[in-house]
Order: sequence, then C-alpha cells, then structure tokens
Amino acid sequence: MSEAAHSTPQGEHPAKEHAHPGAGEYLRIAAILTVITAVEVAVFYIPAMAQWLVPTLLVLSAVKFVLVVMFYMHLKFDHPTFSWLFTLGLTIAAGIIISLMLLFDAFVRFHNMHPAG
Amino acid sequence: MATAAAAADHHYTTTGLNSRKMLFWTFLGSECMFFGSLISTYLVYKNHSTTGPYPHEVLNIPLTSISAFVLLMSSLTMVLALAGVQRDRIGQAKLWLAATAFLGMIFIGNQVYEFHHFVTSEGLTLQKNLFGASFFVLTGFHGAHVTVGVIWLLSLLIMAFSGKLSSKNSLDVEIAGLYWHFVDIVWIGIFTLIYLIQ
Repeated sequence: MSEAAHSTPQGEHPAKEHAHPGAGEYLRIAAILTVITAVEVAVFYIPAMAQWLVPTLLVLSAVKFVLVVMFYMHLKFDHPTFSWLFTLGLTIAAGIIISLMLLFDAFVRFHNMHPAG
Repeated sequence: MATAAAAADHHYTTTGLNSRKMLFWTFLGSECMFFGSLISTYLVYKNHSTTGPYPHEVLNIPLTSISAFVLLMSSLTMVLALAGVQRDRIGQAKLWLAATAFLGMIFIGNQVYEFHHFVTSEGLTLQKNLFGASFFVLTGFHGAHVTVGVIWLLSLLIMAFSGKLSSKNSLDVEIAGLYWHFVDIVWIGIFTLIYLIQ
C-alpha cells in the first residue's frame, strides 16, 4: 500500500495517509456485506437458530459495522487520530446503552422473554 | 503538483491532520452518542407498552431487509463515486453519485411506506404506546439523516454537472461519503437491534 503526504503552502507537513483501496476491494467488501445480511435474515427465520439468534445477530452486525468503518470510511488507511475520535464517541454511546438497560432492568426482562436466547 | 494544489485548498491543524476531516470525525463521534441515546430509549421502553400493537405484530422484516440491502449498496456506490473524483473521472463520479442518491431515495420511500402502513393499517402512532413513541423517534431521526444525505449528494451532483467538482476538491465528496456511510452503519445497528431482535 503506497503512502501519500501533501505539503501545505505554509510549509507544514500534514500527517501521512495510506492510499485508499481500489474498486475491486470495494466490490469484495460489498459482496461480504451482502452475504452477511442474507445470513442475518436467514437466521431470523430458522427456528432451530432461535437459541443462538441474539449472539449470532450481534456478532454479524458488528462484523458489518467494522467492515464499513474500516474500508468504506477508510479508518484502516487514515490517521489513527480519526479512529480515536470516533471510538471515543462510540464507547460513550455503548456505555449509555448498557447503563440505561441495566438501570431499567431491560436485560432481565429481555432474558425472561427469551429464556433460550 | 496535483497534490500540492489539492493541499492549497485544505486547512491542516498543527497535528498535520486536515481540520475539516478532524471536525467531521468529531461530529460523527457525537452522532454515535445521539443515536446511542435513542437506541437505548427504544430498548428500555419497547416492552413497557400496556397496549398494542407490539413490535412482533407489525415489524415487516422482508421490507426492511430490502432497505438494509439498498443502503449497503448505496455505501458501495458512494465509495466508487469518491474513487472516481479522486482519479478525476468525473463522468464516473456523476454516475455513482446519482446512483447513491437514487438508492437513498428508495430507502426513504420504503420508510414512508412503512410509517404510512403502521399509522393507517396497524393503528401505531407516536402517541399510541411507548413502542410507537420510541420507534418513530428513532427511525424517524435516522430517516431525517438519510434525507439530509440525499440533499447533500444531489448538491454534489449539481457541482459535478456545473464543472466545479474535480480531484482538487475530492475532500468535499469524502466528507459527504463519511456522513453517508455513518447513516449506513446506524441502520446496521437499528436493523439488528430493533427489527431482527424483537
């Protein structure tokens, strides 16, 4: 992977960024995302998967999320500071979700509604 | 020369990072918190409804699966548009920008149909129960973000047709792309947490 760095008119040296991938890699990622989405929907309709529905769907959606962020949003190739900025917001968001669900016993009610899951 | 010209149009922070890009990633971080709050509100309230309709009675998985697929494909067309602009292939960029906006409009159309069906056929409104209130607020805000994205894409398309889009200002397309991919990843979360895990 080649690297590209620009020079500013003020003589500052912007941080180096890796070159973005080409159309072929974007298409491969799209194919993977499509397959994962199809698997998610299939898992939802297969009664035998009911026990594993929640963990399976959470893992699959996390994989889709990471693929889009890393390859389509180019965090894999951009400066790590952008990743940190985004991860900070994402971590706080996850903390908000988990805290509120714990505060309101949402996990307990969810477990009672889906005893096998 | 081309990179030097491109750099002349961009502003860099003392860290060496582009200030617009840094600002936008900070904004996306704050958007994570915004949608995190809405998603947690939905998850907390959805099983507190004392009257129907309930999620499993109304949510249409085939329709939203198509919407999820459409939005994922729009992310592909968006990166292809960016790749076109960065390589100064403006004709290619126009095509992919138009495709992205079109797919975004299909998504919004599906959502309008879903909302209309819920209100007219299922009797689910914002005031009906806690599920309705939290569902419409969450998915409605996401739909509003998609609508803003479509308007943004159409404005870039107008720029492209008026000859104002080139590799020199590819950052404009890159930032619009970041926003577009963000609404896509929010839908990845909504599709799983709201629709598939009922």
